[in-house]
Amino acid sequence: MNPLDLLAALGARVMGWLNALGHASLFFGDLVRHTPAALRRFDLVVVQIYAIGNLSLVIIITSGAAVGGVLALQAYYALDRYGAAESVGLLVALSLLRELGPVLTSLLYAGRAGTSLTAEIGLMKAGEQLAAMEMMAVDPRSRVLAPRFVAGIVSLPLLAAIFSAVGVGGAYLIAVKLIGIDSAAFWSQMQDGVDVFKDVGNGMVKTIVFGVASTFIALYMGYESEATPEGVAKATTRTVVFSSVTVLVLDFLLTSLMFSIKS
Amino acid sequence: MEKKNLETLVGLFVVLGAVALVFLSLKAANLASFSFDSTYQLKASFDNVGGLKIRAPVKSAGVTIGRIKSISFDDKRFQGVVTMEIDRRYQFPADTSGKILTSGLLGDQYIGLDPGGDDKNLQPGDSIKLTQSAVVLEDLIGKALYGKAAEGGGNRQKEGAK
Repeated sequence: MNPLDLLAALGARVMGWLNALGHASLFFGDLVRHTPAALRRFDLVVVQIYAIGNLSLVIIITSGAAVGGVLALQAYYALDRYGAAESVGLLVALSLLRELGPVLTSLLYAGRAGTSLTAEIGLMKAGEQLAAMEMMAVDPRSRVLAPRFVAGIVSLPLLAAIFSAVGVGGAYLIAVKLIGIDSAAFWSQMQDGVDVFKDVGNGMVKTIVFGVASTFIALYMGYESEATPEGVAKATTRTVVFSSVTVLVLDFLLTSLMFSIKS
Repeated sequence: MEKKNLETLVGLFVVLGAVALVFLSLKAANLASFSFDSTYQLKASFDNVGGLKIRAPVKSAGVTIGRIKSISFDDKRFQGVVTMEIDRRYQFPADTSGKILTSGLLGDQYIGLDPGGDDKNLQPGDSIKLTQSAVVLEDLIGKALYGKAAEGGGNRQKEGAK
């Protein structure tokens, strides 16, 4: 192939990415700008919190219990070799609070709530509902998008807290009731080693960042989807993929900032 | 009617999340222990503070009665100055001594207070006069090696003189 053609194609690709990035950033700015309007009409936000938060409770609670139980089992087998079996609670709690709680909840959230957001917005666009709203001088961004944005940011930290708490409960059931570790040792080791601000607090900060990122991506993909069934399907897939990758990369960045090696 | 139902459920969800957060903070983390009781400050100077960290415990008779608030350097006497927050319920005599101890063999370091016999108590802001610095592992090893070398040299001298 002509190397100049290749170069031109590469240049076009890069320009395309830059444009998309700019468009997405402006969209994010719009979302933030319309947030006060959404807060003023809080009943809209409440409806969205129900759709995003309440309806995710089943998956969050079952996953939390399962992950907590599995962590306890695996940690026990590893720690028992060094006679440190009583630190199972500490290991599970730190893993959940610092990493697995925020990240797994965000991944599940992207899969369940993110896709439903994208599909809903995409179908609204396909059914020309958003255009109809604009005709009636109702800004779809403050009526439709911003409430969902606020609801996502509010719901994700709550879901992550529930995930971690249920995970610790699941670990307790496995470690104390099933394996037979001393209950007092389980809790006291955990309480000695887990710091409220460094572990619980940092975990919550992470969930807020992930909530902003995942919800923004879900809304953007829905808003920019093609107004066809295939377009909506592609958009939902892209939501899950982008949200997951973004959450994991942000997790790495935040972890290296928060849990740096100097104590 | 349906609106009301929805709001109740969302309210329950938020309460559930808040309860989970409270549970994590109290049962899983260390919020319940000690942090916000009323305290008074005491200072202590050490030649070597070793591996003491901020928020390390201050114990007396093995019971945690305070936390370390800050560690600074006194460049007039070239000592490390540790500021401690002690639970206001416990008063110590003015000739209390402070030692830096290690929990376990290689664990975290903490300050242990040994009460003296003075009638007067330490007032908030006072300094503990008698202190014993941290045991530095390298110094111990150096002493052991030096002792062994001195012993070996002494023996060889005796043999040489024979």
